[in-house]
Amino acid sequence: MLFDFANVLVFMTLGAAFVGVNLLIGRFLRPSNPQIRKLSTYECGEPATGSAWVNFNMRFYIVALIFIVFEVEIAFVFPVATAFRRWIESGRGLFAFVEILLFVGILFLGLVYAWVKGDLEWVKKVKA
Amino acid sequence: MKPLLNSLPETVFTTKVDDLLNWGRASSQWYMLFGLACCAIELMQTGGPRADVDRFGCVPRATPRQSDLMIVAGTLTYKMAKRTKLLYDQMPDPKYVISMGSCANCGGLFQLAYSVCKGVDKIIPVDVYVPGCPPRPEALTEGLMRIQEKIMRERWLVKPPANGDSVGA
Amino acid sequence: MEAKEIYGRLEKKFPGKVSGFQGDVFDPNLHVDPQTIVEVCRYLRDDPELKFEVLSDLTGVDLPKENKIQVVYHLYSYSHRHQTVLKADLPRENPRVSTMEGVWKAANWMEREVFDLFGVVFDGHSDLRRILLPEDWVGHPLRKDYVEQEEYDGISTQRAPLVEKLLR
Repeated sequence: MLFDFANVLVFMTLGAAFVGVNLLIGRFLRPSNPQIRKLSTYECGEPATGSAWVNFNMRFYIVALIFIVFEVEIAFVFPVATAFRRWIESGRGLFAFVEILLFVGILFLGLVYAWVKGDLEWVKKVKA
Repeated sequence: MKPLLNSLPETVFTTKVDDLLNWGRASSQWYMLFGLACCAIELMQTGGPRADVDRFGCVPRATPRQSDLMIVAGTLTYKMAKRTKLLYDQMPDPKYVISMGSCANCGGLFQLAYSVCKGVDKIIPVDVYVPGCPPRPEALTEGLMRIQEKIMRERWLVKPPANGDSVGA
Repeated sequence: MEAKEIYGRLEKKFPGKVSGFQGDVFDPNLHVDPQTIVEVCRYLRDDPELKFEVLSDLTGVDLPKENKIQVVYHLYSYSHRHQTVLKADLPRENPRVSTMEGVWKAANWMEREVFDLFGVVFDGHSDLRRILLPEDWVGHPLRKDYVEQEEYDGISTQRAPLVEKLLR
C-alpha cells in the first residue's frame, strides 16, 4: 500500500518539476526590460484613476451560490448507480431511484423558492 | 542572475536554439487590435475567414499585455497619440509594430489637417510599413511575412555580429 | 409651410430683429439679431403651426473679410415637415451669444464643437469646454487666421517637404 503513495508522490513531483523547469528556462531565455511606463496599470491608454476595489453587484453572488448548490447535486447524482450497487443487485433498484428522485425534488423546491422570491431575476424591479 | 541574452558564443547549438526561439515567436505573433479608422475594416477581414491570418498563428488580442505585435490601422490624431504611446509602452518585450495604411505611415490623405499626426513613427518605432489605402488583406499578410523574416534574423542568445541585427536587453 | 411664409411670420412677430432673407437658394435662410435669437428659436419651437422640434445642426462660419463669425442654426419639424435656417452674425474679436441649450438639448455638444473650433463663447452653457481637440490645444483651428503650433506634446507637426511645396 505504501507503494501506491509513492506513485502519487512521483506524479506530484514530476508535475511540479515540469512546470518549474519550464518557467526556469523561460526566466533565462526571455528579455527583461522593466520600465516605469510598462509596469503602470492598464486602463485603455489613460493613466489609471481611482481604486480598483469596487463593489460588486449582489446578483453575481446569488447566481454563483445557486449554481454551486446544483453542481454539487449533479455530483451526487452521477455515482448513484454504483453507490447503490448492492441494492440494485438485490432487486430494490426502484427504492434507490425513488430516493435519488426525492433528493433532487427537495433541491428543486429550494429552486422554486428562489424563483418565486425573484432572486433569479437579473434586472430587479425597484419598488416605486 | 541575469538573463543569458547576447552573451553566448556562436556555436551550432546556440544558434539552433536561437532559431527555435525565433521560430516560436514568429509563428505565434498575437496582434493587438488597434484599428483606429477604415484600415480597421481590412484588419478585421485579414483576421476573418477568407484571408485568414490565424493560420500563421496570429490571434487578435484586445489588451497590450498579451500581445507582441501592434498593427496600427488607421489615422492617428494628436489626441490619440498620447494613448498610443502609453499602450505601446505597456506591451511586454519583444514587441513589433506594423504601420498599416497611408495614414499610419505618413498622415496619408489627411496630412494637411491640423489634428492628424503625420505618421505613427513620430511616436513609436515601426518595424514594417504596409502601404495602401486601405491595404488589401493580402498586403497586410505580406507585411506580416516581412515581420516574420525580421524576427527570424534576430539573435537572442548569441553574441550579435558586429554589424548585424542586435536585439535583447 | 414654405420658407417665405415662415419668415413672414417671424418678421411679424419680431419686427426689426430679423433681416436678410435669402429665398432662392437651396437652404432659404434668415439673419437674426444675436441678442434675440433665443426668443426667436423658442417661438419657432413652441408655435403650433411652426413646431420646430429638432435642431438638426449648429455650425459656424468664419468670414474675416466682413469681420464676423456667423453661427448657423438648422431647424427641422417632424410634424409639419418643413425646415429653416437661421444665421446670427457675431463680431470677430469677442464672439458671444446666448446658449440654445435651454431650447433644444442637442445644442449642448454642437455649441461645444463651435466653441472648440471657432472660439465662440456661449453664455449660460452648462459645460463649455473642448470636445474634439485635446483639452490643452492652443487656438481655434477653423478660423481663417489659425496658425498651427510647432509641436504638440513633444510630437513635431512638420509635414514632409513635398507636401509643404505643394501647399505653396
